[in-house]
Amino acid sequence: MCGIAGLFSKTGTIDEELGARLGQMIGELADRGPDSAGVALYRSPAPAGTSKVSIYSPDPDCSWASLGGELSEAFGGTHEPEVRASHAVFVVEADDDSIRSWIAAHHPELRVMSVGERIEIFKEKGDPRRFAERFGLDSVSASHALAHTRMATESRVSTEHSHPFASGLDVCLVHNGSLSNHNRLRLELEYEGIHFDTDNDSEVAARYLTWRLSQGATLTEALEHSLEDLDGFFTFAVGTAEGLAVLRDPIACKPAVLAETDDWVAIGSEYRALAVLPGVADAELWEPEPGRVYLWERARVT
Amino acid sequence: MTGSTQAIEELDLGADSVRELNQRLHDVSASGPTHWRVVNPGGAHAVAVGLDAELEVDIEGHVGYYCAGMNKSATVRVRGNCGTGVAENIMSGEVLVSGNASQSAAASGRGGMLVVEGDASARCGISMKGVEILVRGSVGHMSAFMAQKGVLVVCGDAGEALGDSIYEAHVYVRGAVASLGADCIEKEMGEQHAAELQGLLDRAGTALSADEFRRYGSARALYNFTVDNASQY
Repeated sequence: MCGIAGLFSKTGTIDEELGARLGQMIGELADRGPDSAGVALYRSPAPAGTSKVSIYSPDPDCSWASLGGELSEAFGGTHEPEVRASHAVFVVEADDDSIRSWIAAHHPELRVMSVGERIEIFKEKGDPRRFAERFGLDSVSASHALAHTRMATESRVSTEHSHPFASGLDVCLVHNGSLSNHNRLRLELEYEGIHFDTDNDSEVAARYLTWRLSQGATLTEALEHSLEDLDGFFTFAVGTAEGLAVLRDPIACKPAVLAETDDWVAIGSEYRALAVLPGVADAELWEPEPGRVYLWERARVT
Repeated sequence: MTGSTQAIEELDLGADSVRELNQRLHDVSASGPTHWRVVNPGGAHAVAVGLDAELEVDIEGHVGYYCAGMNKSATVRVRGNCGTGVAENIMSGEVLVSGNASQSAAASGRGGMLVVEGDASARCGISMKGVEILVRGSVGHMSAFMAQKGVLVVCGDAGEALGDSIYEAHVYVRGAVASLGADCIEKEMGEQHAAELQGLLDRAGTALSADEFRRYGSARALYNFTVDNASQY
């Protein structure tokens, strides 16, 4: 199993409560994935020339303030961490590669969970019911977000193996299902120079989509290609800086329900995850068709 | 007991657990209330499963997996959508869904009737063994897969691989069939078939005519239908 949830604010009217609602959705999906939980929040774009970095520390006594000082020495500017439980978010005047290289060289004990303009990723093994409170989701405002509760099947239970998997370009993926050709596809992507953080099958799907996007595909095209190149069972929800996409494999064993109102669009593995949303009684509700890409994007404000 | 004056017992799944609800429905004595109303189902799983009495249960909202599973004798009405496996293994009675049903509706059903006013998704009636299913909308892929007995009526369209490896079940479709599964063929609509179909259309309250439908069933060409193979055992 596994539970996935996504919420996209169409008009901005639910931005302020988006984190709180996502937290409620995670609670409803806890039974589907008791091993770990995670979220990708799209919010507060980093200024041009900078990147937003989400970092995880396995050590609860990690000094984020001193890391901020080191980042200032390395990249200039000031670095105030926004700390949530075991994670902190920094805005750094550097690109993805420079930040990852610096962290790997100077703090190999830390894990970079995402780098991008808007994306922030928080994930942790343990009971999903405690996740929203631990990570303070109630106070989070965002334009859109994804969440996942994991029941591990093919790789170990760890924070690193939890979803969402960020793969660059503000792209991330949550997955309910299992892929059977991920080892071969991982090798092929590694030949293309793509780096993997884990041996998890879902990370391969995330890296695959980013690789397709880097080759010039649109998100819809990248997902349509995945129907040919990925073998296995999946319901995917994919986040980008602009919006969310949903795709189920053609066999469609893994569930999904979509709901849409004038103000928001949501996906849940089950209806009960959507039942917590405002105005859901009047929402249009449907089951996404197998093998069809669904995409919602906001106009990019620059 | 008089149906018109009898009180309706209300259960609120916003306050009570599904386990409490189902236990009360199982514990109904001969004199107990026969008409129940369930509010705030909120997508809960296994609502009104294992009923074994002539009850009427109205569920006001969307439910999760396996609603009215193993139903016997009772009439269960869902005013909303159903998750996976509504009326799975139904034995008798009726299950009526006002919205859409997710995959595997009435899976393995042995008797009784399921009516879905909206669409049913993939694998509707998979391995059905006697249940009668009527879907006002369309059904998804692999519907009536390994269907052994009973009737599936689809007033809309059917997805890919309809009736794959079907045995003796009867399938009627009014709209387009994306593709037929292995060993499933279109068959002539005989008088007895038209009568059977019209009976179900009338019983489900539709104004449709059996003339608008086409019939599908087993070509009986797969391994199990070849008598020569029996000598191998």
